[in-house]
Amino acid sequence: MISVQQLPSLERYAYDMAHLIGAVILMMSFGLLYQRRMTAVIRTYSFQAMVLALAAAWQAFVQEAPHLYVSALIALLFKGVAVPFALDWLVRRLGIHRTVETALGIGPTMIAGVALVALSIVLVLPVTASAAAMTRENLALAMSVVLLGLLMMITRRNAVTQVVGFMSLENGLILAAVGAKGMPLVVEISVAFSVLVAMALFGIFFFRIRERFDSLDVAYLETFRGERR
Amino acid sequence: MISFLFGVFHTGLVLAAAPLVMGIVRLTKARLQGRRGASVLQPYRDLWRLLQKESVVADSASWLFRIAPYLVFVSVWLAATIMPTFTTDMLLTPAADLIALVALLGTARFFTALAGLDAGTAFGGLGSSREMFVASIGEPAMLMVIFSLSLLTHTTSPAQMAAYVMSGHVGIEVSAGLALAAMVMVAIAENGRIPIDNPTTHLELTMIHEAMVLEYSGRHLALLEAAAMVRLLLFMSIISCLFFPWGIAGPDSGLLEVLWGLAAWALKVGLLAVVLGYFETMLAKMRVFLIADFLGGALLLALLATIFLYVSEAV
Repeated sequence: MISVQQLPSLERYAYDMAHLIGAVILMMSFGLLYQRRMTAVIRTYSFQAMVLALAAAWQAFVQEAPHLYVSALIALLFKGVAVPFALDWLVRRLGIHRTVETALGIGPTMIAGVALVALSIVLVLPVTASAAAMTRENLALAMSVVLLGLLMMITRRNAVTQVVGFMSLENGLILAAVGAKGMPLVVEISVAFSVLVAMALFGIFFFRIRERFDSLDVAYLETFRGERR
Repeated sequence: MISFLFGVFHTGLVLAAAPLVMGIVRLTKARLQGRRGASVLQPYRDLWRLLQKESVVADSASWLFRIAPYLVFVSVWLAATIMPTFTTDMLLTPAADLIALVALLGTARFFTALAGLDAGTAFGGLGSSREMFVASIGEPAMLMVIFSLSLLTHTTSPAQMAAYVMSGHVGIEVSAGLALAAMVMVAIAENGRIPIDNPTTHLELTMIHEAMVLEYSGRHLALLEAAAMVRLLLFMSIISCLFFPWGIAGPDSGLLEVLWGLAAWALKVGLLAVVLGYFETMLAKMRVFLIADFLGGALLLALLATIFLYVSEAV
């Protein structure tokens, strides 16, 4: 198997490439916050997962860790293809409104997103003061993706877009995991499968929620529980 | 002496090449839309035809309406002359930096907007108001891109930036990638291309730039059109000089290197023109009120570029 050490010219760019791929994943997270159509959101998520697969494959190549190729394959097949297809099918099957309903406007959400990126950098910098710049940057990127996923879950009204937020949050976790050396494959596979199970559960819940309330707007759930805003 | 010669040649070159670039963009779009399209030389003929025609000026227009085209054209042209294209060794390049360039473009926009208001027609005012709306977010975004690039390269002079990037001190930086994305978005907005504005539309609901220059005709219109063409070429030169400077000739380089720089610049700009034509065919124009989100996105990208400079300790 070819490795970075055999190609010295590549070694210099190994970390730069990893960060560039990480930055693309982060951009996709912003893309998820920016999109206004359900199909575009799902497609952006699919693209993010594919870039994540690329990031994992790159780390496998750089770290000479063949098991990371498996992670890349899992990310590509499950998250890049299977989950988006399932979500697409759900959206079509449930016949829900194709525009994204937001609890907070797109503009303020983006500003909050940048604030969260800054926050994750502020958090990561002191913790990893002794670590090299590359680990630091990778962690900051992954943490930002996680926080943006959380932000998406908070600011979207529709259950499907909230699930996409959850899935992209999980992409951030995997990004952090593949960047750290010595992450066992078992952990990643179990995370990947738990996400798949979660996906199946969400699917069932979507049908149940819609059956009960004729909508996927989670605001109905709040009134049902007796919470008033 | 040689920098003086290069400066003069470059000043003529940007003016001579700008209509050709516009022609390439239009031809690419036409071919992708299944039309034969006009020759790439058509913009030259258009400008020539407009120069031959009589200029009609509205009765209600003041002196400002007459001088605005000249001011706009001169400021855009001057901005284009300070941006290195094929060599960094030019007379005017050390005279001004990127912030001055933004100021020159701002001046041009200011006078276009004033001229739009001057004739007192409804469309002119509408165009000016929209143009200022776009500029109020687009200009900070462009400045933010320039700031993050200056932090990365420790200079605001485009020639030194290009030299710094080529010296290999800058690897594949995340910040540079983010700044490039923001710069492309700003360039689209500044030039009034799809999806912000449609340069070929004359539909009152959608036009921005065209609404401002609706009252102009003859040589005035020719100057404004030429300014738009030079501005498009200028932004392509900015992107190719700051982000892809490879091939550009430095000071004290031989004739061969300068010729190579010329070829590289022509190649880069030609490629950008085809790519622009391609994406304009693929995209649809967005609603006017979505422009704020689009340019806000550019501003945030530029901000992120600056933030990431501190993480990667490139500063």
